[in-house]
Amino acid sequence: MKPAITTSKQFYELLSSMRFAVSLLTVIGIASIIGTVLKQNEPYANYIIQFGQFWFDFFEMLGLYDVYHSAWFLLILLFLVISTSLCIYRNSPLMLSELRTYRETATEKSLRAFSHKHAYQSVHSFDDTCQNLQQFLTLRGFRFKTVRHADGGELIAAKAGSYQRLGYIFTHAAIVIICVGGLLDGNVPFKVQELLGYKKVETLDIPESEVPAVSRLSIANLSFRANMTLPEGTSSDVAFQRMRDGYLVQELPFRIELKDFRIEHYATGQPKSFESDLLIIDPELKEPLAHTISVNHPLIYKGVAIYQSDFQDGGTKLKLNVWGLFSTQSKPLEVDGTIFKKAKLGEGDDALTLEFNDFRMFNILNLTGDGKGKPQNVGPNVTFKVRDTQGQAKEYVNYMQPLLLSGRPYFVSGMRETQQEDFRYLRIPADEDFTIDGFMRLRTTLFDESQHAEIARRFAKVAFGERSSGDLTQQKFEASVVQLLDAFAKGGYTRVADMIEKSVPEAEREKAAQTYLKIVNGAAFEAYNLSRERSGKQAESPNEENQQFLQESLNAISDLYFYGAPFYLQLTQYEHREASGLQLTKSPGKNLVYSGSVLLVLGIFAMIYIRERRIWLLVKPQTNEVLFAMSANRKNRDLDVEYERYKAQLDKVLRTR
Amino acid sequence: MNTAILDDVPVPLLKRLSWQDWLYSLILVIGAVFAYVQYGNYMDVYEKSFLFGAAAVFSWLGWQWKPLRMLVIGVGAISLFAISLYDADLGRANQAFLLKYLISSQSAVMWMNVLFVLAMLIYWFAMFTRSEFAGKFASSMTWAAVLMGLVGLMVRWYESYLIAPEVGHIPISNLYEVFILFCLITALLYLYYEQRYNTRQLGGFVLLVVSAAVGFILWYTFDRQAHEIQPLVPALQSYWMKIHVPANFVGYGAFSLAAMVALAYLLAERGILATKLPALDTLDDVMYKAIAVGFAFFTIATILGAMWAAEAWGGYWSWDPKETWALIVWLNYAAWLHLRMVKGLRGPILAWWSLVGLLVTTFAFLGVNMFLSGLHSYGAL
Repeated sequence: MKPAITTSKQFYELLSSMRFAVSLLTVIGIASIIGTVLKQNEPYANYIIQFGQFWFDFFEMLGLYDVYHSAWFLLILLFLVISTSLCIYRNSPLMLSELRTYRETATEKSLRAFSHKHAYQSVHSFDDTCQNLQQFLTLRGFRFKTVRHADGGELIAAKAGSYQRLGYIFTHAAIVIICVGGLLDGNVPFKVQELLGYKKVETLDIPESEVPAVSRLSIANLSFRANMTLPEGTSSDVAFQRMRDGYLVQELPFRIELKDFRIEHYATGQPKSFESDLLIIDPELKEPLAHTISVNHPLIYKGVAIYQSDFQDGGTKLKLNVWGLFSTQSKPLEVDGTIFKKAKLGEGDDALTLEFNDFRMFNILNLTGDGKGKPQNVGPNVTFKVRDTQGQAKEYVNYMQPLLLSGRPYFVSGMRETQQEDFRYLRIPADEDFTIDGFMRLRTTLFDESQHAEIARRFAKVAFGERSSGDLTQQKFEASVVQLLDAFAKGGYTRVADMIEKSVPEAEREKAAQTYLKIVNGAAFEAYNLSRERSGKQAESPNEENQQFLQESLNAISDLYFYGAPFYLQLTQYEHREASGLQLTKSPGKNLVYSGSVLLVLGIFAMIYIRERRIWLLVKPQTNEVLFAMSANRKNRDLDVEYERYKAQLDKVLRTR
Repeated sequence: MNTAILDDVPVPLLKRLSWQDWLYSLILVIGAVFAYVQYGNYMDVYEKSFLFGAAAVFSWLGWQWKPLRMLVIGVGAISLFAISLYDADLGRANQAFLLKYLISSQSAVMWMNVLFVLAMLIYWFAMFTRSEFAGKFASSMTWAAVLMGLVGLMVRWYESYLIAPEVGHIPISNLYEVFILFCLITALLYLYYEQRYNTRQLGGFVLLVVSAAVGFILWYTFDRQAHEIQPLVPALQSYWMKIHVPANFVGYGAFSLAAMVALAYLLAERGILATKLPALDTLDDVMYKAIAVGFAFFTIATILGAMWAAEAWGGYWSWDPKETWALIVWLNYAAWLHLRMVKGLRGPILAWWSLVGLLVTTFAFLGVNMFLSGLHSYGAL
């Protein structure tokens, strides 16, 4: 009668079965895919935008934003550890006894039932036969045990490659060790404390010193992975762990000061190295420890590894010229700015806030038209937002130096209204001295209504040439030029087009437009010369160079009406200050994981490349018949090949005198 | 004593070695010592150990598998000759006749591409006509392709230093370079099994996957100019790359090989080409051996990767998409091996499984770079 199988026994059987283990491997594999498809640990706002509120909540409940630390994923891993441990517990005794035993109790009957067996008739005496067989086995690396049977026969039970069995124990123990090590370095302790209400993720953007104790982790915390951003010349003794939609403050047993941060570049402009000169300040040290870290070369101090992780601006000081784009002021206003700080322009309802967000000293861009040329460094740029009193903001990026586009230099400023958009660029042509002044001079003159009469007068003089006499036709012409200039000054080409639409019948519009354009261009050239004279420069006669400059300037002026800000910020000077992004980790489980890994590799090689084989040779008394049987714990081609070889060799040994 | 006992007794490795074996190793050691004397000052302790470790490993491999000796010596000799032709001037690649048409890195890689595709066609021809001569010829072509590919990589290594000493690095740092490595390792593994099992019928199958990689290399070269040597980003400037990447590609190569053998198995099992292909249990055995080797190396590679990550990214495991997919590949083959080794499962199920395994592996190798972003985005398409 079979003993009754209890439920707990059944459960134990299931957990320790290989079927269950293989299923777990599959489930972990599939579950892991989620986290590679859905970007993990993004700010929650991004997920809300992506999925909408309903699905956002649903996915949050499932813990999909940090799958690998979600309770259900950890539970599956726990099951893997339990299943593997039970598997070891259940099979190890068997494995170890297999490792030791020679299976010398095999009977003739059982040997004859083997699939790989052969019988011989030895020509030698009984003793010689036994001796020959033992030598045969020893020479081929088999160890054996002999048993004398009651009938006088001798059984030689041999084995080789028994250490394959250790492979099994090693690999499975390794998995458990690696998982335990990983668990030590994971955030399970925090999760438990959070569940019990001892700890809480801080979601407010408040100064570090105001973060309450409930969101702070002390230096006693066993393991962590936190970040610290240090501007040059500053120091800190706390780091931040980002978690879900907030963060935790991790206190450190020492203070880190950043002396200097450096980026080196290859000749092609790509970054070559990121380095931070750190000073570790610890009361236990006689004097601060100076050390330079770089990517791939962290510093480990008091069990905390300090990595070079990223970098950002650390509050670069800027000097800027503010050019009013619609004013007739010919000189810019000088303003100071600092990255991450704000500046105010104007008063009352028209006041605008400048928010300086980023400064980059190197910008590697590919400016060649077809994109096939070499990228190159185009110099510094500054990114800022302009916010009005209603809170509406537009984002700008301005390059300090003119960029060469199709061989011509322009001051470039990008503008966008939302983060999702691409920047649209305003291109202001640089003058012959590679400055923005030429454009600004021309713009001021064109926008200064008091100058329009003078421009018109000059233009008429050129247009009428020798016929110029100041008669009525000429005066009318001048008046219409003034009218046109006024329109252009108020809204660029768009305004001129509106004017044509209003005052010219449809049939003649195209012709009129051409005439008007010619007039604007001609008048603008006079404005160009007038602006030059006023700044003490020589007037020029039209040539290809200044015509192109003029055309591009007029295009740029027309674009100003879509630029969205009433000024252009020109970066003139900067005092670069960088911040280094450090990552600080403490992972006590690392050594466990590494030892587990070594064990795993040893185990795999043992399992694959050590082959356990057993040979039984039964020598029967009197008849001197020899029964040869062979087996392996894995029946495969290698066994067949080896069996055939030994079979032939034994035949020779037993039949040659 | 009965002398028959001594017949065919296994001899320890060192006693089996011939003078050619010792000469081969001597050349390797002299090469390593020369490199050490010449460039030792620029190496860290790990790189020094890799240098001598490489001499030891290739000695051992050459002793185990004799044809490898000729390959190693051949690659060394031709690469050194090519380097001498450069005369420390990168421009010579397009001027010197031999470099331009044969052994500059670009030309050598192109030769490798052509030879692999030709070898595949000849393998198929040999299988259908049962021509032993054609089969041998196809093997030689494969060897030649491997030779050219390795020369291409060696010369490329040198070329990178000609661009600027600071740019110089081992050519296994981006998708273009590792695809070449993939072709070479897969082909070498195949050649080993070809000799071991004395069967040439699988060449056409295995070179299918190699030729697909060749197609990718060609597209990548002509459409994306991927063959241009780029300097290393800071995260890749580490000795770990020299062991992590090759170990990984032994894994990828072996898994691909296994999948192609599985394809042959499934066809033969359905009676297609059955008379022309090796016996089913041979196919089954090659498939198992390939997956076993692949699994061992893939495990090592993943562990090395974790150790590197602990030095570069601040943790041995970050659940980065590439890491996660490496784990998925590992779990997949771990399950495969469980079924085969513990359950003793054989036949079409495992063959299908290893074919699907190739899809998983390909996604881990390529798909992650194409569709997912993460820390491991050096091989971005």
